[in-house]
Amino acid sequence: MIIEKLLFLCASISILITLGIILVLLLDTFEFFQEVSFIDFITDKKWTPMFKDKHFGIGSLLAGTFLTTVIAVGVAIPIGLSIAIYLNEFAPKVFRKRIKPALELLAAVPTIVYGFFALTVVTPFLKQFIDIDSFNALSAGLVMGIMIIPYISSISEDALYAVPKSLREAAYGMGTTRLQTAFKVTVPAASSGIIVSIILAISRAIGETMIVAIAAGQKPTLTLDPTETIATITSFIVQVTTGDVEHGSIEYKSLFAAGITLFLFTFILNNISYFIKKKYQEKYD
Amino acid sequence: MINVATKNRIKDKLFEYWGVISTLIGVVLLVVFMTDIFMEGISRIDATFFTNSPSGLKPETSGIFPALLGTLWILILTASISIPLGVGAGIYLEEYSEKNWVSSLLEINISNLAGVPSIIYGLLGLEVFVRIMGLGKSVVAGALTLSLLVLPIVIVATREAIKSVPNSIKQAAYGLGATKWQTIWTQVLPSSIGGILTGVILALSRAIGETAPLIVVGAAAYIYDAPDGLLSEYTVIPMQIYTWMPDAREAMKVNAAAGIIVLLMITLVMNGFAVYLRNRWQKKVKW
Amino acid sequence: MSEKKIMLEARNVDVFYGEFQAIKNIDMKINEKSVTAFIGPSGCGKSTFLRVLNRMNDYVEGFALRGEIEIDGEKIYRKSVKVEELRKKVGMVFQKPNPFPKSIYENVAFGLKIQGITDKAFIEERVINSLKQVALWDEVKDQLKKSALALSGGQQQRLCIARTLAVEPSVILMDEPTSALDPISTSKIEELLQDLKKKYTIVIVTHNMQQAARVSDDTAFFYMGELIEFDKTDKIFTNPSMEKTESYITGRFG
Repeated sequence: MIIEKLLFLCASISILITLGIILVLLLDTFEFFQEVSFIDFITDKKWTPMFKDKHFGIGSLLAGTFLTTVIAVGVAIPIGLSIAIYLNEFAPKVFRKRIKPALELLAAVPTIVYGFFALTVVTPFLKQFIDIDSFNALSAGLVMGIMIIPYISSISEDALYAVPKSLREAAYGMGTTRLQTAFKVTVPAASSGIIVSIILAISRAIGETMIVAIAAGQKPTLTLDPTETIATITSFIVQVTTGDVEHGSIEYKSLFAAGITLFLFTFILNNISYFIKKKYQEKYD
Repeated sequence: MINVATKNRIKDKLFEYWGVISTLIGVVLLVVFMTDIFMEGISRIDATFFTNSPSGLKPETSGIFPALLGTLWILILTASISIPLGVGAGIYLEEYSEKNWVSSLLEINISNLAGVPSIIYGLLGLEVFVRIMGLGKSVVAGALTLSLLVLPIVIVATREAIKSVPNSIKQAAYGLGATKWQTIWTQVLPSSIGGILTGVILALSRAIGETAPLIVVGAAAYIYDAPDGLLSEYTVIPMQIYTWMPDAREAMKVNAAAGIIVLLMITLVMNGFAVYLRNRWQKKVKW
Repeated sequence: MSEKKIMLEARNVDVFYGEFQAIKNIDMKINEKSVTAFIGPSGCGKSTFLRVLNRMNDYVEGFALRGEIEIDGEKIYRKSVKVEELRKKVGMVFQKPNPFPKSIYENVAFGLKIQGITDKAFIEERVINSLKQVALWDEVKDQLKKSALALSGGQQQRLCIARTLAVEPSVILMDEPTSALDPISTSKIEELLQDLKKKYTIVIVTHNMQQAARVSDDTAFFYMGELIEFDKTDKIFTNPSMEKTESYITGRFG
């Protein structure tokens, strides 16, 4: 049937896209490594493709990505999990219903807006208390953390919700408080779902571009100091493509080397979470 | 000496307070931010903001006209590409595909694509649309790139909407001699259109707020006219904001804030419309 | 009395869902213009066998049929048979009324429209005719544009029957059509069957033995996928030949 074939074509475009991503990244990266040695890529402490003195050590970009992600996740996990537990175990149903859409809103705000906050509100605010650069990892990380709260709270809450009532009642029957039930019974039972939510949040933070590009800086620095200006893989890509970059130049190829590194991380994380979800989904069916 | 039971009750109460705080903290901060932006940018919002082009020389009269139209172009083009493809794929996966390795592969694949950082789509667009297909830094290249981003969302929304149509309706149609496609076209799609539209609008409202992939495929930083064709250069609202931001002049900061207000308004309207549609549709099709 | 011709015939029919055999070696002949009831305990295969007659089981994963089914002289399990054509001859009414979320008119007209019929006058005539046959016309004639979902359960089911009648089938299959309805609606539909059987061949699955006794001319008793006994309804309910039949009828199991 023609219609079925047409529809199948639509569905298979998705495979084409994936293949396209992999191919494009691989080919340009391959060309990149014709000119830059892999050892240098891993060990060089500087990343300066745009300067006359070119260095291609991915370490600085990784440090920036790592730093901002850790800060973001460090904010989002305690808050997100607390929200999930509170809504699930403590909050009146009406409150839960009302507040959920508001939380989803946090993830719906365009990231450029968050970037603006980080730059013009958070950094000046922090400057009053600590010695911090105008572009720094801390502001960006904190604001990113706020943005990804719903990733953790929403998915974790669903996981907690799926835990059978009988387990909870067994605990209450023994005289436990809500807090104890949450931490000793419900959370462990929902652990796979919670882990999935954390992995997804990490993946989202790693891939975030605008917040870091605007507020964290575009100066690759190999550091773990959140008050310094840094660059991430994503902010580097934006920095280069904002200007004019010549196709086929080493600067152009470095985009893809950085890109494939990013893709590898998020790809691995996403698949881990996909398989954890699949494996533990049948547990309570 | 406080006994253990009392200690536990205190901890319980403390956590309850902490729970409320953490739930509200994000929302409160968001409100604080929004108010700040609003106060910063509202002074610039008047008719000229919408009808003027940006001006480096006279920041007080800079406007977002080219960006506004660029966003419109991108919106329409992206919708035109991603809706047929996404809905078609969703119909196929939900109604036609059988449980074999091919369909599992398609599913994993779409789930993966939904998690790819948006900037990677930018890189893909840069190589394939801008360079290999020779479309250059054009609005159609931008739309194609955003379509890639939006596609998985549309597919998932379509599938969810179709899944909610009860099997009994399909059985009734088959029982009367309808073919698979007739059943889909006359019963399944009309019943799921509300859900599909909701998902599509949410996807598009996200696309409007995307900056990174468009920067990579060449949305212009300095442009003074609206797009005049598929291959013309363009800018979009978030891009315009991004261009204004690093400028140290106070007036430019005001412009950036004003631009954000406009962007948020558009996002709000689109999301609100999607929620309205979802409610109306759920009421209409009460099985 | 004229000889009624055979409308439906099954020969050596086995049905499998993957490894599981749901129907074992059934032979059956059903006369035209009669009502045949399929009875038996839950899971005995009566619904499965009913759905074999209009190939609705084709959509179930792992379904396979051995043997022969002939309807009006035509073997229906042939690759050359177009399933859509078959279902115009053999209509189906389901257990839970399932009108489309459209107007009353559109529901009844659906079967005709998908055949490509566009003649409005023709469609209208068929719709009116069908609604009259199910005694729904007087109740809805002023509200044809109203949503079918606004009707009561009994009315919805009669609408579903009208929808089936509109394409003028020869056979109507009914899968526990009144089990979801109240007693008054049930008796209205049972009355309807007595009228309909003058024109159509009806096969009705029911778990209500009294209903089978009330409405059918012949009854088939199924048990664990086998056809235990098939005979005139009177005989089945007053003097069954098989012991199992008697046990079921008298309520010793079921």
